[in-house]
Amino acid sequence: MNAILQYIESYLSSDKTPGAAGNLFWMLVYILLVFVGLSVSVIAMNWLERKILAHMQVRLGPMRVGPHGLLQPFADALKLLLKEDIMPAEADAVIFWCAPFMVVLAAFIVFIVVPFGPTHAVTDMNIGILFMLGVSSLSVLGIVMAGWASNSHYPLIGALRSGAQMVSYEVAMGLAVVSAILMTSLNPSGTGTLSMIGIVQAQQAQHTWFVFKFFPLGLIAFFIFAVAMVAETNRAPFDLAEAESELTAGFHTEYSGFRWSLFFLAEYSAMIAVSSIAVTLWLGGWLRPFPNMLSGATWDQIFSLAPGAAFLFLAAMCFFNVLRMPKLPYFRIQTIGLAGFGVVLGLIGLVLLLPPVRVRIQDIFWFSAKVAAFMYLYIWYRGTFPRYRFDQLMRMGWKVLLPMGLGVVLLTAGVALALPNL
Amino acid sequence: MTDLSHLDLETPDKTFLDANELVINMGPQHPATHGVLRVILRLDGEKVLGLECVIGYLHRGVEKIGENRTYTMFNPYVDRMDYVAAVSNGLGYCEAVEKLLNVEAPPRAQYVRVILTELNRIASHQLWLGTHALDIGAITPLFYTFRDREEILKIFEKYCGARLTTHAFRIGGLQYETYNGFEQEVKNFLAFFKPKIDEYEELLTTNRIWVERTKGVGVISKEDCIALGVTGPVLRASGVKWDLRKAQPYANYKNFDFDIPTGQNGDTYDRYLVRMVEMRQSVRIIEQAIGGIPEGPIIAKVPKVMKPPVGEIYHSIEAPKGELGYFIVSDGSTQPYRVRVRPPSFVNLQALDVMCRGQLVADVIAVIGTLDIVLGEVDR
Repeated sequence: MNAILQYIESYLSSDKTPGAAGNLFWMLVYILLVFVGLSVSVIAMNWLERKILAHMQVRLGPMRVGPHGLLQPFADALKLLLKEDIMPAEADAVIFWCAPFMVVLAAFIVFIVVPFGPTHAVTDMNIGILFMLGVSSLSVLGIVMAGWASNSHYPLIGALRSGAQMVSYEVAMGLAVVSAILMTSLNPSGTGTLSMIGIVQAQQAQHTWFVFKFFPLGLIAFFIFAVAMVAETNRAPFDLAEAESELTAGFHTEYSGFRWSLFFLAEYSAMIAVSSIAVTLWLGGWLRPFPNMLSGATWDQIFSLAPGAAFLFLAAMCFFNVLRMPKLPYFRIQTIGLAGFGVVLGLIGLVLLLPPVRVRIQDIFWFSAKVAAFMYLYIWYRGTFPRYRFDQLMRMGWKVLLPMGLGVVLLTAGVALALPNL
Repeated sequence: MTDLSHLDLETPDKTFLDANELVINMGPQHPATHGVLRVILRLDGEKVLGLECVIGYLHRGVEKIGENRTYTMFNPYVDRMDYVAAVSNGLGYCEAVEKLLNVEAPPRAQYVRVILTELNRIASHQLWLGTHALDIGAITPLFYTFRDREEILKIFEKYCGARLTTHAFRIGGLQYETYNGFEQEVKNFLAFFKPKIDEYEELLTTNRIWVERTKGVGVISKEDCIALGVTGPVLRASGVKWDLRKAQPYANYKNFDFDIPTGQNGDTYDRYLVRMVEMRQSVRIIEQAIGGIPEGPIIAKVPKVMKPPVGEIYHSIEAPKGELGYFIVSDGSTQPYRVRVRPPSFVNLQALDVMCRGQLVADVIAVIGTLDIVLGEVDR
């Protein structure tokens, strides 16, 4: 028992990622944690998107399954798993089978280099960002495969649109990333880094997030990336590939049941993945906000209370809604359920306030909070914008974002050479 | 298998991928064809080479039914044609039969008719706006317009018990006296609704994506409009100042002061703007009418058994979607000899091919939305 505790302790105080330390067991534990965490966030995103979008659109969203529809994602998942799995008679069976897995693999594998903290990543590759961009762009292959294999018009057009769109936006995205990487080289040794952890550490060493670096260059690069990442994940207002009013459901028109749910899972994981890149490159990754203005041990202590406080706030929201529940027999079980959920959230919040926990959890918390902000943006876009047309989308990618990206890279390089101490 | 020979297709290849042209069957089950419209698209990549509308999936033989019902019995049927603007349909039919019978609805009935019809015009335009925006990808306006349309439907429900297929008017006037507080409720609605139009416009009018998606899309010239018989907001957006409420006033529209909005470019954006202004103008008309409803009877003296003199009549009104005309032939019996409806949606739909040629697939959806068709009316 003691030996096990020591083993855990030895890892927790380690300053390396499991991959870098070569510890296979911890790597597996981390992979499992990331996988479970990702699945839970996709489920949460499903519920949140429906609720937030609903409230933006003067309606309530799911309210029936569980208190405030909290169990709706589980009901949906169950339904999808029980549905008949239909394959069109004319479909190319092998490719039709492979496509969803291709998409899901591409969306999930990238998470092995996502740095949730200085040691909280499965592994730290020295080409981390290239790996992320490379693997995540594989998902377009899966989409094209799905569209092709369905052997049907709408999926084919959807897949072609999606392929063209992802390829064009990848370029602008890559240029934005290059400008951020150039910024990492602003240190005495003059060497930059492609490692995801290294990029955040460079921001720490330079006492600024790259979004504020060389104002407004960092901001422009961040903007380019923020637009490109929405296009890259095929979300509104760039959701042409699955434009439901034009192409019914685009590339996954012919998919149903479990395989359709894999596309769904992949879409949301891809959204989280690109948001993680944006957070890592420009928003300081796991670093807490205001490290310069509000510095010192006292502020560190105060900020480390944030994760616990956030959960306690959610718990308080639950209890507030418990009070607002109608006092009717029909709602009793829902009220109890909501109160129970509040208690669970509250307990998590209290655990997160314990000193040994809160020191170790805050990196993960700040990273997740920043990613969550991006997720909210995604939902907000969807509630606000009409959809771009295909040619307008391509025009924006090639004629606006690409020249902007090139300019930003050149200017960043120039400024970095001329004024390395800025 | 539909015969496609008239579309002048090349010899079909073994797989469609080798073909130069891609023929896509949009509808009748498609989220953006507003019902059961089927459009056969010939595409070159994403570009539309031509299209053909296949209609009739909602055909109920309304005109034939008219020949087998008495004039009064046929009245509720017309509500089921353009079911989002049922009041206008009823108004057109009632007025046509009144002309045939040579009676005129009393002034009080006329005023209430104008108020309800204009309310219905707003409701119809709201539904158009919501679905049109939804087709272009903005989902939120739909819920805003439905929220506000609900207030109009509540007034209808209180007045005649039905929300959509209202059957609000009777030949010769009205069946029901207005309920207590009708005027106040309409006034409340106008006060509530005026800022809401600004809210819709805030979401869309200056929205960059909206403007890019609608400007220069589905352009149709003045001449084409007239040649194809296109009427309503589509015609006015192409720059023709033609509104039957002014051109050949019916009901008592000549008593009210309102403007006819027109566009210049005849594109989807202009049609959007025209309809937005029309909603404001409808508010203006109702404001004038609601204060001056005269006292008096609500229905003229019409015989219980209607036997109009032998003859024929064509009467048309400005429905929210365009010119809605009724051609009724009477043989002197209790039932019309022939009823023919000139539905605006049906005629406007002809223009789809002209408007979509050379555009992209996404524009076809935008153009179907901007034509504001209701398949119940197209197929009858």
